[in-house]
Amino acid sequence: MIEFRNVSKRYDGSFAVDDLSFTVAEGAIGVLIGTSGSGKSTALRMVNRLIDPSSGTIHLSGTTVEQLPPVKLRRRIGYVIQSVGLFPHWTVERNIGTVPHLLGWPKAKIRDRVAQLLDLLRLDANAVRHKYPHQLSGGQQQRVGVARALAADPDVLLMDEPFGALDPITRTALQDEIAFIHQQTKKTILLVTHDIEEALKLGDTIALLDRGKLVQAGTPRDLLTAPANDFVRDFFGGANLGLRLLEIETAATVMRPEKRIDGERNEAEAIPASMSLHRALSLMVARGVDRLPVVDDKGAPQGTLHLADLAKR
Amino acid sequence: MTTNGRHISWYADPALGAALLTLALVFGMPLLRPVFAGAFPELDRPIYVGDPFWLLLLSHLGLVAASSVAAGVVGIGAGILVTRKAGRSFRGTIETLAAMGQTFPPVAVLAVAVPLIGFGAWPAFIALALYGLLPIIENTVSGLEQVPAAVREAAASSGMTATQVLRDVELPIAAPIILTGVRISVTINIGTAALASTVGAKSLGLPLIVGLNSDNIAYVIQGALLVGALAITVDLAFGRALRYVQRWKVA
Repeated sequence: MIEFRNVSKRYDGSFAVDDLSFTVAEGAIGVLIGTSGSGKSTALRMVNRLIDPSSGTIHLSGTTVEQLPPVKLRRRIGYVIQSVGLFPHWTVERNIGTVPHLLGWPKAKIRDRVAQLLDLLRLDANAVRHKYPHQLSGGQQQRVGVARALAADPDVLLMDEPFGALDPITRTALQDEIAFIHQQTKKTILLVTHDIEEALKLGDTIALLDRGKLVQAGTPRDLLTAPANDFVRDFFGGANLGLRLLEIETAATVMRPEKRIDGERNEAEAIPASMSLHRALSLMVARGVDRLPVVDDKGAPQGTLHLADLAKR
Repeated sequence: MTTNGRHISWYADPALGAALLTLALVFGMPLLRPVFAGAFPELDRPIYVGDPFWLLLLSHLGLVAASSVAAGVVGIGAGILVTRKAGRSFRGTIETLAAMGQTFPPVAVLAVAVPLIGFGAWPAFIALALYGLLPIIENTVSGLEQVPAAVREAAASSGMTATQVLRDVELPIAAPIILTGVRISVTINIGTAALASTVGAKSLGLPLIVGLNSDNIAYVIQGALLVGALAITVDLAFGRALRYVQRWKVA
């Protein structure tokens, strides 16, 4: 759990972060979102004490962060940044093993852990293990960055616009990867982004900051359907509000329990129950159909999604 | 110098070849007597015999090594100091002092040092160490500053102590640039050490100076050949070391 309690950071009289209170539940993904200068990165960097707050406290699974010496604290917190910051003179293996090495793990254990993480991040261990960062693509570098952050199995993961510098396709792939890793590891994650789709896609709780102040915190649905003021409405909604609402719902929520479509059923066209309605809508339009069969993870029929039901809410 | 990553076998290394050539010149110079005698028939003594060349070489190397180690320790130390938070305010002062050290011609430093500490190797050591300081400080500072901020932040946020960040991350990444500074410093000092013979320090400059004083061109050529061969050997050896410290760049 990460909890900000009345946290402020002042620089020369002006507030970078102003009285922020925000909680990310154990095992959840919390998102700090806002425009540049909103204080979101400053807030994040106070968690691992790269910056110390002027007032207020930050609680981390029972203790406050200032109770631990920064060096010890940081070895328990994974940190991923936009510019990745891999050590250029170390191989991928040595980079990922950074924190385990600092903690004095035995070599064999580090090697096994690295192999496990490369596997988790879908990197070919034999191909990349002994490479240097400059020999990898941007997407591969960021995967290694994520693996490095996860290496010592930290309590929490901090991510500062981790995918901001990547092309849209790689970014989407890595977002899916983070969702998958989160599902696997149940780590508490605090993510900073200015990308609304990313926040809605990954966040369990989202805090919208503006000029250092918390404007509204809540679930993606709260922010879309019950904005506290016009700023929130404009920020999240705009012309894309409808599509964003579809983005946060899955096929499972509005499908009808009919397991067959008029006798003809095409296995290949079935969509998983966890697919977002936004993607399902896109598929319907692309295929020119108004119904899609829905299946579970194992491919067993669950029901049918109707185009007409997407707008009923 | 090649900076690509190809592995060079030790026997094909130009640094080794240059070292062998230098040694051949040092020990084989007397064998060249007929050549010098033929070229300068007017000279009574066509080969320098004041001291054996190997002794001059050792003494020259010792002087350069001692002054370069001193300049390296002080220069790298100062470079590290002024790039730390605590030492940032000294930066201007230290860079000015180092620049002044290089502005004074070594001959002037020698001339000032002699009345203060007398003739011999000491004034030469001091002049060379001061003269070699600037490139090392400058390159240490720029090498450390060139470490990307994201890398430094990643190191700190991994839970490295300040010492670990410096030793394991900053210095290895800055090493090629720092080593280049040391290389410049040493190469300059090999040439400058020849001047040390004017204040009574033994070096390969001795045949040069004696030759100039006594109109013996053969001595001058012998001294110049040896200083040149030594400078090339050391420079090539640095090239080799440089390839080693930046092997990760070309992998």
